[in-house]
This record gives sequence, C-alpha cells and structure tokens, in this order.
Amino acid sequence: MSIDNSTVKKVAKLARLKVDAKEEQNLKDELNNILEWVDKLQKVDTENIAPMLSVSNEPMPMREDIVTSKLDNKQILSNAPEKKAGFFVVPKVVE
Amino acid sequence: MTDFSKLNISSALLGLKKKDFKSVELTEYFINQINKKEKLNCFITKTFDKAIDMAKKSDEKIIKNRELGSLEGIPIGMKDLFCTKDIRTTAGSKILDSFIPFYESTVSQNLWNSGAVLLGKTNMDEFAMGSANTTSFFGNVINPLKSKNNDKDLVPGGSSGGSASSVAAGLCLAATGSDTGGSIRQPASFCGLVGLKPTYGRCSRFGMVAFASSLDQAGPITLTVEDSARMLQSMVSYDFKDSTSSKKKMENLLKYKKYDLKGKRVGVPKEYLLEGLNPEIKKAWDLGISWFESAGSEIVEISLPNTESALPTYYVIAPAEASANLARYDGIRYGFRAEEKSDLTQLYEETRAQGFGKEVKRRLMIGTYVLSAGYYDAYYLKALKVRKLISDDFSKAFERCDLILTPTTPNVAFPIGEKQTDPVEMYLNDVLTVPASLAGLPAISISACLNSESLPIGLQIIGKPFEESSILSAASIIEDSRGF
Repeated sequence: MSIDNSTVKKVAKLARLKVDAKEEQNLKDELNNILEWVDKLQKVDTENIAPMLSVSNEPMPMREDIVTSKLDNKQILSNAPEKKAGFFVVPKVVE
Repeated sequence: MTDFSKLNISSALLGLKKKDFKSVELTEYFINQINKKEKLNCFITKTFDKAIDMAKKSDEKIIKNRELGSLEGIPIGMKDLFCTKDIRTTAGSKILDSFIPFYESTVSQNLWNSGAVLLGKTNMDEFAMGSANTTSFFGNVINPLKSKNNDKDLVPGGSSGGSASSVAAGLCLAATGSDTGGSIRQPASFCGLVGLKPTYGRCSRFGMVAFASSLDQAGPITLTVEDSARMLQSMVSYDFKDSTSSKKKMENLLKYKKYDLKGKRVGVPKEYLLEGLNPEIKKAWDLGISWFESAGSEIVEISLPNTESALPTYYVIAPAEASANLARYDGIRYGFRAEEKSDLTQLYEETRAQGFGKEVKRRLMIGTYVLSAGYYDAYYLKALKVRKLISDDFSKAFERCDLILTPTTPNVAFPIGEKQTDPVEMYLNDVLTVPASLAGLPAISISACLNSESLPIGLQIIGKPFEESSILSAASIIEDSRGF
C-alpha cells in the first residue's frame, strides 16, 4: 500500500499538523519507506490469533467514584498560555 | 579523603553511614562535575539549590540516625519525562518548554521518599522517540566515551541519553530512565552501564509523560548491578493512579545475590544472530555464554520464530499509541502555543507543527495513518495479532529455559550524525530490545567487554515476568566474570 500526496494531506489534517508543500513531499517519501518495511507483517499468518491489547494479566481495579484530588482553579490554569477570569482562552468558536 | 569519582550508590551509602563525608559535600562535588562537563549537554534543567536543600535534610537524618531512606543522601539525575512538582518538565520537546507540573510522578516521589537527591532533569529524545538522543529540542547529548581510533563525538544512545551519559561521565551516582522499545537498555549498552527495564506494571506510569502506554516502563541506569537493585527497589510500587500498575509484591531485590545460576537453563535464541550483527558483538555474546557455562548453567538453544516481525510490529503499535497520547498537546491548557489563531483548527495545527520536532511528527503521521478508517485492520489490528505471536514465542521459550541471553544492540555507539538519514536504518538500533518490550518482560543490559576501539558492548538478559531478581543475578555473573 503506497500513499500519495492527498493521503499525506488527509492524515496531517487528522493529526492536526500543518504541513507545507516541501514537508508533504518528504513525509510522503519517508512514510512510504516505513510502510513498505512494515508491510512485511502482512505475510505473517495470524489466522485465529486474538489481538493482544495488554501484557497485563491482572484485572483492572475498580475504585469508588469519589473525588480524590483537590486541585484548585489557579493550579489548573497555572500553565495555560492564555487565561482570563478563571478560564482557558481559545479563539472564538461560536459565531 | 574519599575519592568521590570512584563511588557508586552502595559505597556512597556506606561512606555516608560511616560519616566519612556528608551528602552536601557529595552533592557539591557532582554539581561541580556537571558544570565542568557542560559540553555533554546531559541536563535540560539543573536543580542545584533544591539538591543542596535535599542533601542538607538527608544529612540531618543521618546525624540523628532516624527515618533513613534506602537511598538517603544519594544524588541522582531524573529523566525529564518524570513530572516533578514545581520543576520544569519538558520531555525534550519545545511543546512542553515552559511546562511546570503541579504534581509529582509516583516513581520520582518514591525516590524522594527513599532520600534520593535531585541534581536535575536529564536530556532525552523528544517524547522518548529516538535511539541516539539526537531528536531533543534541547540539543543532542554527547557520550563521554570515545573510540581510541579517533576523536569523534559519539551518541550516548537513546532515548534516555542524558541519563546514561551523566552516569557514565560521573555527573551523578545513578539516573532514572524510561524504556518503550529499548530506551534504557540501549543507552546503558552504549555508555558501558547497567540498565534495567522491569516487567510492565512494576513501576507506576503516573506522572510519566506518555509515549506508548502499553509499552512504557520506568527503570534505573546505574554503574553496578547492586546499584540497579537498590534503585529499582525504591522506584517500584503499586499505585492506584495507574490502572496497569501491578499488585504483585516486590521481593527484596538485594537477594539476587543468593539466586544460584547453577543448573539454571540459559536460552540462546538463534534468531538474534542477525545478518549484519557486528562480529565483535557476536564474540562478546559467545564470551557471555562461556561465563554462564562456567557458572554451572545449562545453555539451551531456543527459537523465537517471530523475532523478525517484532520491529515492524513495534513501529505500528508505538506510533499508534503515541498519536493518541500526544493529541493532548493542543496549545490550550499548557505548553507552547502558536501565534496564529484565527480559528481553533489553525491554532491546533500551527501549535503542533511548530511545537513538535521532525521525528515526533513522522511518528504521529504513521500512528494516525495506521489507525485511520480503511487501514486500521490492515496495520494496527494486524500488529496487535503479531504482538500476541511474539509474546507466545517467549512463553514457549520459557518452558525450556529460565533466562534468555542476547546482545543488547546490533552495534556499538556511533558518531553523532551517522545513521540518522534513513528512519528505518535508525529504527534498527532497537531490533534486539523491542521483542521483550512487546512481551512486557523484564530485561537488563550490562556491559560485557570492550571492542577493538575500546567501546563497550552490552549483553541483554531477558527474564520471566516479575523475575527481576533472576535477571539481576544473571547480570552479576557477567559483572563478576568480565574482569573490570
């Protein structure tokens, strides 16, 4: 499976990465190179093999649905690039 | 007067206990060394004031002989992907350049509870994506070791390159690392050290900047096997804040010394004899085998038939998980934010385009692609199935042997700038470390000998799940046999 420029554009959009024309070309070549190598996997017989989602054999524990951390608004906003009146600021999204 | 340059954790603990020197003196010595060897670029953030404070507190405890931790007064480096409260944590990325966590990772907290002293946050490949420590936004790290044939600066390996280089250069007594596909073992091998990746689930991932969550594990990089046991003992804990944290009790790791290798079966996987494996590394492997024979172990040839598929499997699964994990960097809640923001999508796209480096973008693209509609089954699901086969290979092999002995890397440390142009060639660095990662197994790398250029060659020992003490014990056979 080889990918073309329009696929690179589409994937970049999905990944929320702005890619200029030169980068697009480089990425296309690099991704094709990597994917060609990854394609080796298609030859492996995985008939009746269940996908392995985790190496852990221990059941994931349930915990009570109670508040355990006490972070204040100031802490949460302490790393925000832009904040106002106790909120994160984003570009206008509602017309 | 103690020669601080000759210390390791065990001997330093003894010296502190006997009051030959204070932790503050030891800490000042390392601060001085870090300043002297600035050129190696081992640290992204130095925390010298904090180090002195922590050392003073340790000294008070030592004087009173009360509440002493198992690493009381020991100065260490902390890989810059462990969140440290009120101390900048960057994961080697521009996108986290200004990030100051308001919480502490469980692994680092465990180390502070044991009395360790923080000298600083060590440099690393951006988001732990790299095998040469050349992808850091804060510049590449230099290996303190050199070939005897030339003066070229060598890579320390990666992604825990700053940690390995700082321990090898004598800038701290030990450092933490994280290993997703080899990021502890490979740099330990390149720098002549001991690097241990425990069983998946041993160390809490809470507060570790995530790369590939089903693979990421913290572990120590140290000078000796005993130091590795001491560090790991402190780092491990069950943690309800990490849903994959294991409840299995960790035994006293220093008991590794009592684990007898006599009669144990050491497996040698024929598939690891790669085409292109450096002949000197093959020789070192044979040497390692002979040491285990001398120790009374039985050597058995084993087969891990899906070894060849491990690396491509890893390069589907790890980028896929990374593309999900790194979706959080959007320029809204923390970290770098681009100037361009006419609308929200543009803000995201510009922030991520300017905030991430080349290798990270490459992997985000791969990860997004293999998870996208139409390709998910062919790539991601396929890789998960092959991962099962690789894991089953190990389970079967461990019916015939107790430990597996392999080289750590197909080559020794190489000059900075080489092997960087072709991503696939770069990924081959991890070919011998990735299989154990995919299976979640504990593995250790230890320097076995030097090659003809006097660069270290590491051997890797892979153990059964949760048998960290047996791999430590096997590593000590190499440590005792190698004659340095």
